[in-house]
Amino acid sequence: MEQNKELILEIKDIHKSYNGKAVLKGISFNVFKGETKVIIGPSGMGKSTLLRCINQLTVPDKGSVWLKGQEITHRDAKNINKLRQKIGFVFQDFNLFDHLTAVGNVEIALIKVKGMKKQEARNKAIFELKKVGLEKQASLYPAELSGGQKQRVSIARAFAMEPEIMLFDEPTSALDPELIGEVLSVMKELANEGVTMIVVSHEMGFAQTVADEILFLDGGKLLEAGPPEKIFCEPKYKRTKKFLSTLNELYGNVEGNKR
Amino acid sequence: MMIITGIVYEALPFLLQGAVTTISLVVSALFFGFIIGLPLAIGQVYGCLWVKKIINIYVWFFRGLPVLVLLFLFYYGLFSITGLNISAFLSAVLVLGLRSAAYQSQIFRGSIQSISEGQLMAASALGMNKLKAVWNIILPQALRLSIPGWSNEYPAMLTESSITYAIGVTEVLTRGSFIASRTYQPMPIYLTCAVIFLFLSYLGLKMLHILEIKFKIPGFE
Repeated sequence: MEQNKELILEIKDIHKSYNGKAVLKGISFNVFKGETKVIIGPSGMGKSTLLRCINQLTVPDKGSVWLKGQEITHRDAKNINKLRQKIGFVFQDFNLFDHLTAVGNVEIALIKVKGMKKQEARNKAIFELKKVGLEKQASLYPAELSGGQKQRVSIARAFAMEPEIMLFDEPTSALDPELIGEVLSVMKELANEGVTMIVVSHEMGFAQTVADEILFLDGGKLLEAGPPEKIFCEPKYKRTKKFLSTLNELYGNVEGNKR
Repeated sequence: MMIITGIVYEALPFLLQGAVTTISLVVSALFFGFIIGLPLAIGQVYGCLWVKKIINIYVWFFRGLPVLVLLFLFYYGLFSITGLNISAFLSAVLVLGLRSAAYQSQIFRGSIQSISEGQLMAASALGMNKLKAVWNIILPQALRLSIPGWSNEYPAMLTESSITYAIGVTEVLTRGSFIASRTYQPMPIYLTCAVIFLFLSYLGLKMLHILEIKFKIPGFE
């Protein structure tokens, strides 16, 4: 990648096993400022685990993660909370705080974690909701929002913390097909603004238009990585080809979608 | 008939004073039980192994003994042996409160555990420490879910409170039996006591219902 760009995230040799079954077998890659990396791969192959190892929601068995030269791994609880503020995380099933309104969801961490004044936090929260097109829904509770709206609130909630990097864990997998578009377009906007992000997703159209690099994770290892044209048109490995053709059968021809 | 109404009419102020004692006892004991019970529940869910063990023993002890045994143990036993000059009323508040804490802790534990793990995970991902996350995210949800189950505690405590008659707390029943034995008219007097209890029960449940509506938000019906 462009080496003159600022290095945001370094992932070095991450290993993780559950009950003796190795899920991640040594994953390493770097993310530079403004980059969008999309991780694809068969399910159950550790994509979500990898993402959670980055912000230590899952503690890796071996390896290290560095954010702007600061090690995130091997930290005590107090320090890890400080570092997590700089890493936005968007969950597959939204995990909005169900007892808070949309605006309450966005402002709570600003108040309780960043120590912002209530009014200041409210203004910032409304600003972030506007950005995802939900200022009209600010006073609604999660139970009153559609899945797509919930996910947009959760993006606003993570982004309001002004993170160095945003992590998206299959942000559209829990959504009805007609709601996927609104979430993807918010993500595209962020990518175009130069927000650094790692996205675990099978939305090939999205990957193709915004990804700087696609990482194919299989069998606990990064099998191959490269720009979308390369991965989609001339994958090196049979496994990659097979996986992509399965996706093609599901979602239509990836190359055919190419603009 | 005239005599009976006369007796009830005369006894009523005396019995209503007892109602004030009963309601103060019930509210104090429930409040005390809440103050102790909620931390017990939090400890039982999030505490380390030995904290959980101690709380389990506490809950087992206070749920395992009859109220009367507990009252006697504390009032005639513990408090008199240690020379603490604790009134019957205060002893009753302490014993009923500690016992209620054991029951309340299980109501709260249930609702805390019913909150999805993702809530805590999302709070952590935003950089919230565990204490803040439990206080700001878990408890506001869990307490809302607790209200219906907790509403059982009130009538249970109200009816149970009459047993403090045994250590001489001057609540409704104590006063009722005093008058009954003096006038030889147990039926009208105890009926009046029953009406007072039913009225207190109705009043309390009504207030809990208002509380439930006040804290109702979409998704927590």
